[in-house]
Amino acid sequence: MPGMPGDRLELIDIVSTYNEGGRRLKALDGVTLRVGAGEFVALVGPSGSGKSTLLDIIAGLLSPDSGAVLLDGAQTTAGQRLGRSAYMQQRDLLLPWRTTIGNAALGLEASGVARATAERRAGAQLERFGLGGFGAAYPAQLSGGMRQRTAFLRTMLPEKSLLLLDEPFGALDALTRADLQAWLALLWEQERPSVILVTHDVEEAIFLADRVLVLTARPGRIALELPVDLPRPRTRELLASPEFLSERTTLLNALGILHGQRT
Amino acid sequence: MTERRGLLDRWRWLGPGLLIAALLAMWEIAVRITGTPTWLLPAPTDVGRSLIDDRDILLPNALVTLSEVLLGFLLALLAGIGLGAAIFRSPTLDRVLYPIIIGTQTIPIPALAPLLLVWFGYGLLPKVLVTALVGFFPIVVNTVEGLRATDREVVDLLRAFGASRSRIFRLAEFPSSLPSIFAGARIAVAVCVIGAVFGELVGARAGLGYLMTRAISQFHTPRLIAAIVLLSLMGTSLFALIGLIERLALPWRKYVTASRD
Repeated sequence: MPGMPGDRLELIDIVSTYNEGGRRLKALDGVTLRVGAGEFVALVGPSGSGKSTLLDIIAGLLSPDSGAVLLDGAQTTAGQRLGRSAYMQQRDLLLPWRTTIGNAALGLEASGVARATAERRAGAQLERFGLGGFGAAYPAQLSGGMRQRTAFLRTMLPEKSLLLLDEPFGALDALTRADLQAWLALLWEQERPSVILVTHDVEEAIFLADRVLVLTARPGRIALELPVDLPRPRTRELLASPEFLSERTTLLNALGILHGQRT
Repeated sequence: MTERRGLLDRWRWLGPGLLIAALLAMWEIAVRITGTPTWLLPAPTDVGRSLIDDRDILLPNALVTLSEVLLGFLLALLAGIGLGAAIFRSPTLDRVLYPIIIGTQTIPIPALAPLLLVWFGYGLLPKVLVTALVGFFPIVVNTVEGLRATDREVVDLLRAFGASRSRIFRLAEFPSSLPSIFAGARIAVAVCVIGAVFGELVGARAGLGYLMTRAISQFHTPRLIAAIVLLSLMGTSLFALIGLIERLALPWRKYVTASRD
């Protein structure tokens, strides 16, 4: 990677355990990773590899049992990390009593911006997020894709320098998913926040990310790191290119070897 | 869709309407055939006549009862939501106070009415207090349970955005508990009517409960039943009014139920 940018996030030897039936089990076992400023990192792994636990730790919702979390070079406690990143969970978590504008404004309001100001800023972005004309609609009136775009707007509006996206396309149908992936790629290129995207879709990871990290099944450990050397801006046409297919083969082979090792 | 729903509404009212009409007709016919004296069991038409002829006695007393119900209900609403929120926010209150509040439900609160009479006299206050005491419980329980039912992931989302405890309460927990609070308020307003009448039966100078004790001692049975009809009307209207306020205050709910159809 030319001109290595300063690290936005650095995790050093993160161990996290949880209780199950009175026993302590390891969710994460010594995870070390870094995300540069303006870098898009995808985290791929089987279900139960502790990906969501990892995002909870980065967001400050959870303290690891051991290990260090550095933001912009400074070590942080979980409490200090709250409010530093924008977290988008698997479910869209739109509030049913708020309209599209109200829901999009929620992230800003949560960080202390007055409701009127937050809604004005949300309203100004509706078109760009493909929500024009739907500002006054309630979530129950929106399609799955629209709901997810609203959740994206809520995530992006506070302009945090670190975005944590936990399978944001997981609940969508294939067509809407492809559409939103291309849209996110475009949006990211305009704003360039640091992103950690958790997914189990290999193509999605390669299409969007600068770097793909593979986690092992519980306890989660980084098993593989694959830089994606594909040109930007990336569009859907890329998916059929030989470069994309060769990246995909490399990653799938690596995953297959991992799988072989476990069985 | 709207048309069909309108039609359904009409059918929904038609059933109970027909049933009540049939029961009233049977009642009327039975009283007329057997020649039952009016003081023992008046016919519906006798009650109807009393509603019209005695309106100058019935209406002012109904207004007294209505004001007791409304004041008691408002008191119950404020205290119930306030305490419910406090119990939700404070683990200590939850451990110490919540079991006691639930325990008070084993006390028949109307039985406290004579005591309140001794303390506060024959005026409005003891009736308002009995009313508030019976209305308080459904509201406090529904407030606590409604707040607790908040989606934990939404709370985590707001925490991750850096929201403070009180901001999370304002943005997510309180709004998401409102349907539950409204459900509690609907139950409360109906039992508040019963509470007010109980307060009046024990000792009062005005109100429908007072009118009922007077009417029964004078064998004015049609007037007694007319008072009961008014009480029932009051209860159902207040119940419907809370429902209307809920629909206006929570306009999003119709979409949520529609999408679940």
